Amino acid sequence: MTWIHVYLLAVGAVVTAGLSVVSITVGLAIGILVCAASLSRAAPLRWAARVYVSFFRGVPLLVLLLLIYHLLPQIGIDVPGVVAALVGLTLCTSAYQAETLRGGFVNIAPGLVEAGRMIGLNATQLLVRIRAPIALRLTLPALVNEGIMILKASSLVSVVGVGDITRTAQNLSSSTYRPIEMFATAGVFYLLLNVIVTRGGNGLGRLLGLPRT
Amino acid sequence: MSGDVAITLRNVVKRYGDHEVLRGIDLDVRHGEVTCLIGPSGSGKSTLLRCVAFLEEHDAGIIRIGGAPLGFDERPDGSRIRLPITEIARVRRNIGMVFQQFNLWPHMTALGNVAEGLRQVLRLHKREAHDRAMAHLTRVGLAERASYYPSQLSGGQQQRVAIARALAMDPKIMLFDEPTSSLDPELTGEVLNVMRDLAAEGMTMLVVTHEIGFAAHVAQHVVFLDQAQIALEGRASDVFRKPWHPRMAQFLETYLDRGASVLLGN
Ligand SMILES: Nc1ncnc2c1ncn2[C@@H]1O[C@H](COP(=O)(O)OP(=O)(O)OP(=O)(O)O)[C@@H](O)[C@H]1O
Ligand SMILES: [Mg+2]
Repeated sequence: MTWIHVYLLAVGAVVTAGLSVVSITVGLAIGILVCAASLSRAAPLRWAARVYVSFFRGVPLLVLLLLIYHLLPQIGIDVPGVVAALVGLTLCTSAYQAETLRGGFVNIAPGLVEAGRMIGLNATQLLVRIRAPIALRLTLPALVNEGIMILKASSLVSVVGVGDITRTAQNLSSSTYRPIEMFATAGVFYLLLNVIVTRGGNGLGRLLGLPRT
Repeated sequence: MSGDVAITLRNVVKRYGDHEVLRGIDLDVRHGEVTCLIGPSGSGKSTLLRCVAFLEEHDAGIIRIGGAPLGFDERPDGSRIRLPITEIARVRRNIGMVFQQFNLWPHMTALGNVAEGLRQVLRLHKREAHDRAMAHLTRVGLAERASYYPSQLSGGQQQRVAIARALAMDPKIMLFDEPTSSLDPELTGEVLNVMRDLAAEGMTMLVVTHEIGFAAHVAQHVVFLDQAQIALEGRASDVFRKPWHPRMAQFLETYLDRGASVLLGN
């Protein structure tokens, strides 16, 4: 084990972190839209949201990744493995986040919204200033959990040739014949990234007025 | 419509399914007076208050706030029309409401709760909203708790912040739905004191309460609701001195008994 190996694994960690951050944020944006659809008054929208969520929660991520990786070139879209990985991770996490957020919105105490109406907030202000932050607050622990899940699940992208932590560790173990050191270091990098996610979640919680845990 | 009437209800009906919760309520709440709404559980007090706030839509009759119809208006031919949402918001701007469960927004500090309407609805600048919100917190004795989140405040403090939040919007009428009912007995006093001060300053108040003492001492007008109807109303002194109405006598006995049992340490 040399510093070169650690450096290469650190590069893999940047790839893993990048994949996770992009898929979590884009997944949150899509998740908000899907959640809005699932709470909408229009039955077709609710139905579409339900199908979307069941599909992407039901298909294993590994299968989804391989499917996208092989499907995109078939329909004439030639993209690198990274894009297939991002699309797969994003679709998967968006479905989970949509469900989590929906639970948050449904559980908002009606009195909090009524208090906003009495103050004179309009529908948009009620959503942006009251309902969304409170839903986010109620679901923050679950969303941090989802971040950790995606971070770890992103190790599956090695199957589509993306050089993340896991893939780098695999390559290094076959070239050095020292798999234990390589995978142990890879594990440490995953742990470090998870600590950052947890810290970030706590910081966000404080911004939303959650009591310290 | 006479100028000194703040709230008028005429034949107001509210139903949940085929259960009639308000059966043709006629009520006048005068400017500058405290009107207390009392009555047994399930008699419709909260529903009446929520209709006046238009948090519930009445099924028939008309409610006027300062003369302006709330939510629905009647055409000369007697048909009923729903008013546009902007008109509802305009009329509702005259009303502040305080809830039994406080309903402070948990993601904002005490100051943030009070400043929210000033910033978002009145569109004041940050500095001015801050100063006005601070002034209202000071008025309810909570200036030094401005940066606390609701979860860090006692029930009594939360309710006083909720009163400040409503007052910050400069309402002409304040509605209270059992503002002390979810408080420990030793905390009700601080909230009732704030309300007493508000009454002394001439605020028009419609208060649902089980605090018979508050109703007897502070209210000018007491309304006894029973089985979805107004069973008895009048000046506080008359209503409480001679509770000639049998249901009222029974109701008072229950609540005064409850007070007595507290005194006896039971
Ligand atoms: N959303 C609702 N749906 C159906 N019935 C309701 C609803 N809200 C209230 N009711 C019914 O209306 C009646 C009056 O309720 P309301 O809450 O106005 O009584 P209250 O006088 O405020 O009682 P309390 O002293 O217990 O607060 C009750 O029978 C209640 O069960
Ligand atoms: Mg009630």
